[in-house]
Order: sequence, then structure tokens, then C-alpha cells
Amino acid sequence: MMTIGPVHYLVLGAILFTLGAAGVVLRRNAVVVLMSVELMLNAVNLTFLAFSRFPLVQNAPMQGGILQGHVAVFFVIATAAAEAAVGLAIIIAVFRSRTSINVDEFDSLKF
Amino acid sequence: MGNLPSLRYFWPESILTVAVMAMFVQDLVVRRREHRVQSLTIGALFWLTLTALATYLYPSGTTPLFGGLIVHDPLRVFFAWIFLAAALLTILIVPKSKQVSDARVGEFFGLLFALMLGLYLMASATDLLMVYLAIEMVSLVSYVLTGFRRADRKANEAALKYVIYGGVASGVMLYGISILYGLFGTTRVVGDGGIGAQLADVSSRLFMAHAFGGQPAAQLALVVAVVFVLAGIGYKIASVPFHMWCPDVYEGAPTPFTAFLSVGPKAAGFAVAIRFFFAIFEKNVPGVGWVAVSDVPWPAIIGIISAITMTLGNFTALVQTNLKRLFAYSSIAHAGYLLMGLAAASAAGVQSILVYLMIYVLMNVGAFLVVISVSRATGGEHIADLNGLGTRAPIAALTLSIFLFSLTGIPPFAGFTGKYLIFAALVQKGGMWNVILAVIGVLNSAVSLFYYAKLIKAMYFEESRDDTPMPVPGLYTGILVSLGAMVMVLGIYWAPLLRWASAAFGGTTAT
Repeated sequence: MMTIGPVHYLVLGAILFTLGAAGVVLRRNAVVVLMSVELMLNAVNLTFLAFSRFPLVQNAPMQGGILQGHVAVFFVIATAAAEAAVGLAIIIAVFRSRTSINVDEFDSLKF
Repeated sequence: MGNLPSLRYFWPESILTVAVMAMFVQDLVVRRREHRVQSLTIGALFWLTLTALATYLYPSGTTPLFGGLIVHDPLRVFFAWIFLAAALLTILIVPKSKQVSDARVGEFFGLLFALMLGLYLMASATDLLMVYLAIEMVSLVSYVLTGFRRADRKANEAALKYVIYGGVASGVMLYGISILYGLFGTTRVVGDGGIGAQLADVSSRLFMAHAFGGQPAAQLALVVAVVFVLAGIGYKIASVPFHMWCPDVYEGAPTPFTAFLSVGPKAAGFAVAIRFFFAIFEKNVPGVGWVAVSDVPWPAIIGIISAITMTLGNFTALVQTNLKRLFAYSSIAHAGYLLMGLAAASAAGVQSILVYLMIYVLMNVGAFLVVISVSRATGGEHIADLNGLGTRAPIAALTLSIFLFSLTGIPPFAGFTGKYLIFAALVQKGGMWNVILAVIGVLNSAVSLFYYAKLIKAMYFEESRDDTPMPVPGLYTGILVSLGAMVMVLGIYWAPLLRWASAAFGGTTAT
């Protein structure tokens, strides 16, 4: 039977992060772009948790060094929620002024 | 230091927290009063004065606070004054700018104080998690303030672009932080057992190599993680290749906030960069100075980024017709000049950054104030709107010329002081490469003269359709004259500012 180790989580995290980054670049719908950003943040959470659960540094130099990853995840979730709230509010404002949330049409600012 | 004793060093931040709530409450209380804008401005100035007083009364010395999440040191105090200066000017400018409607001035001030709190935390964060949270706090408020004119198409488009860029940049930075956390078992940067201390300690580097299955693997992971973190910082200071949001956001945001954005968050980004750089890339050897820790030539990489940033900023600014976009590219170019100070990797380099940032607040906010004065009278923000300003508003035209010459770096204006100190730090560091970088900096200043001079030509030599005097509020004239005077004085007598900057970082006198 295969055991799931840190590498599996880290690779999954890297894949999710890449998918999120690709989504930001490729998707045209502003809401989906925001969702892709959230996906990137969740990939980070997975990486934090993997490193907390399977520490590479055995002699963690600081007290609580290994718990820190779990704590970080809580903060990331909270800020991600705040960012989503602000982002969606801005998308609503954009939609009101031009009845579209297709990012290709946002071209009134150019040099 | 533990949590409760730390509060003694946390007064300005605590006052700012109260100020955020107080501004929103005051906004509700005075909603139907006649002089609501005046009363809100006085309220904001009151809270800012209180914050400044608490900052002035900071205990001296260096102390880690809240278990090492942030540090109290002279560097953070120096940056606090930069933020206070920028906030004071913004609060004074906003009410008469016609860019923020009277009904929403209180909201604007409340958000500005929240932004200030984030900036204070950015300037003192020594833990990567704290760095992320502080940057995110600044960013979230900046998104809202950028899209402050909700009905304006440009404003909310700029805000959306800012949210997406900002979200990606902070996501990338956070990914770098999570890898650093895995490599070192901590997110602490400065202090005992922190990432910097572990990197400087050869035995723990060997251990890390073992844990990661060999030196090359560990080295690669470390380089990738550091590059990711630098991406987040680069986005905050608007350096290439993370500058794309900058012109759009500057154009779409209300101009008083653009002025603040171009100096406040940029300065805070440099505070983070300075702390990160000198904790991870360099270690202080008594008697020798700062020496590199890693095998990767980070100062040279930052030097290349700086050269590209200023060249791209200056050359793109040449073709701009919108004043706010022009100043956006000019601010990208200035991020490049400032990065040269970091590339010098010496105490003198950092001191030159500090001096330049302080001067930059005065001259850039001054230049934006003239743009605001022009746009509130003519409704336009293009170079053509400056036509005939020399006769229509002589004082504004004269002070804008001072600020522009200062931004170029022509003596005897203050901008020359800043640039001179940066170039001096590079040359002092020595080496062929640093001298070449300084030469690129000088050439770029010459390029920048071209587009700054274009504005001066418009003001004095172009005919305007409308020759009537342009009304500039007395308050604005007062601010412009005092900023102009400060820029003149600092160009000739900069010793006190340099002494202050030297005390803030390195403790030694430069030059």
C-alpha cells in the first residue's frame, strides 16, 4: 500500500498553484479570475499544512515552529475572505457601470 | 518581549486603530450638519496629531515586540514620519480637491487611517507572516480607495485591475513564504533562530541541504522562494516586472489618493525590502560592514532590476499625455533609482534611500497638488491643461517647476541631494558594476529631464485659450509654497536629514 507523504501534498499544492495562476491569465470572467486567485491561496495553505505535518527541519529552532504553519493558514483564510469580499464588491461596481464583467472589455485605461 | 509589555511600544498603532473607528462614527454623527467637511477634517487632523505625538514619544532603542512579530527600532520611527507627512498632506488636500464628494469625506479619512495602520505595521514587520498581513491590509484598503468614485468607469476598472494584480502578487509572495517556512521551520526573518540567522550559520545550511536531499535541491528551493517573496515586494514598490498596475491605478484613483499611493505604500515597500534584504542576503560583520551570505549575487540582480525599472519608467513616460500617467511612470523610474541604493548593499546605500524617500514625499505630493489644482479648475488632467499656467497661476507654475527640477535631480533642489547620495553610495561601494549602474542612473536622469521640461514648456510657452487667472485655494498655495521652500532648503542644507537617516540605519555617518 502506498503511504501519502509530504511530497504528495507539496506536488498537489504546486499543481493547484499553477492551475490558479493559469486561470488568472486565461479566464475572461472577472469572478472566475477571483476564484483562481483563491485557488492560489488554497495551494499555499496546503503547502503550509504539509510542512507543518511533516517538518523537514527536525530540530525546529523555535518553540512552536511547527505549529506556526497551522496558525498561518488561519490568517490566510481570513485575509482571503476579506480579499474576496472587496473583490466582489468592486466587480459589482464595475458591472453597474458597464453591464459586463468580461476582463477583455476593460480597456478604457491605456497608454 | 511578550504581548502586554509590547503595548507600551504600540501607542501610535493603537491610536490609529481607534481613529479608524472614530472617523466612521463621527461621519455618522455629523451627517446632517452644515460644516461636516470642516468638522471631519479637524477630527482627522486631531487623530493624526495624536498619532504623531505618540510617534514622537516612542522610546528609543531596538526591541522585538509581540514575541518577535514586529520590531521597534529607529528605522521604523523614520518611516513612521514619512507616512505621517504623506497622510497630513493628503488630509489637507482632500476636502477642496473636488475629487471626493463632501458626503464621503469621512469615509475616505477612516480608510486612510486604516491604510496608515497597515503602513506602520509594514515598516516594522520582522516575521514573514506579519509582512504578508501588513501588505494585505495596505492593499485591501488601497483597492477600496482606488475605486472610491464608484460611478466612474475608469475608477472601478482601475480598482478591479488592482485587485487582480494585487491578489496574484500576494498569492505568489505567500507561496514563497510557505516554502521558506518549510525550509527553515519558521517564518521569523530577523532574530535568534530566524531565517537570517539560520542562513548565516553554516552548520544549519548543511543541515538544510541534508533534509532536502542535497545542496543543489535546497539551493534551488531557496532561490525560488526568495524570488517569489521579492515579487510581492516588487509589486508594492512598482518595480519591473510588477509595475503594470501602477499607471492604470494612478489614473483611475482620486488624485489626492494617487499622491498618497505614490509615496506611502512605496516607502513601506522599501521598508520591507530593506529588512528582508539585510536579514537574508547580508550579514553584519563588525569592522567590515555588510557581507553577502548566499552564493547568489542578489545585489547584482537587484541592480539589474533597478536599471530596467528606471529605463522603462523614463522612456514610457516620454510619450504620455495624461499627467497622472506621466507621474505614474515617473514614480516607476524613481522606484528604480531607489533600488540602486539597495543594490549598493551598504549602510550608506540604505541611508540614501531613507533621505530620498523623505524628499520624494515633499516633491511628489507637491507636483500632484498642482495637478489637483489644475484639474479642479479646468476639469482636465492632460499636459495641454497646463498651457499658460505661468500667467494664470504664477505661484502654482513656479512651484511645479521647482518640484519637476527636483524630481529630475538638478542642483540646488532637494532631488539632487537624494540622487547624489545614492550615486555616492554606489561609487563608495566600488567595483566596475556599481559604477556602471551609477552611470545608467545619471543617463536616466537626463532622459527624465526631457519629459519634465515638456510640462514646464507647456506652462510658460504654450498659449492657453483661457487667459483668466486660475483660482487656487489659499490653503493649496500655502502648502505649495512651504513644500517648495522645503525642497529648496533640503537641496542646500541636507546634513540634519542625513544625520537622522544615519541614526535610523547603521548608526554611522555617511560620506
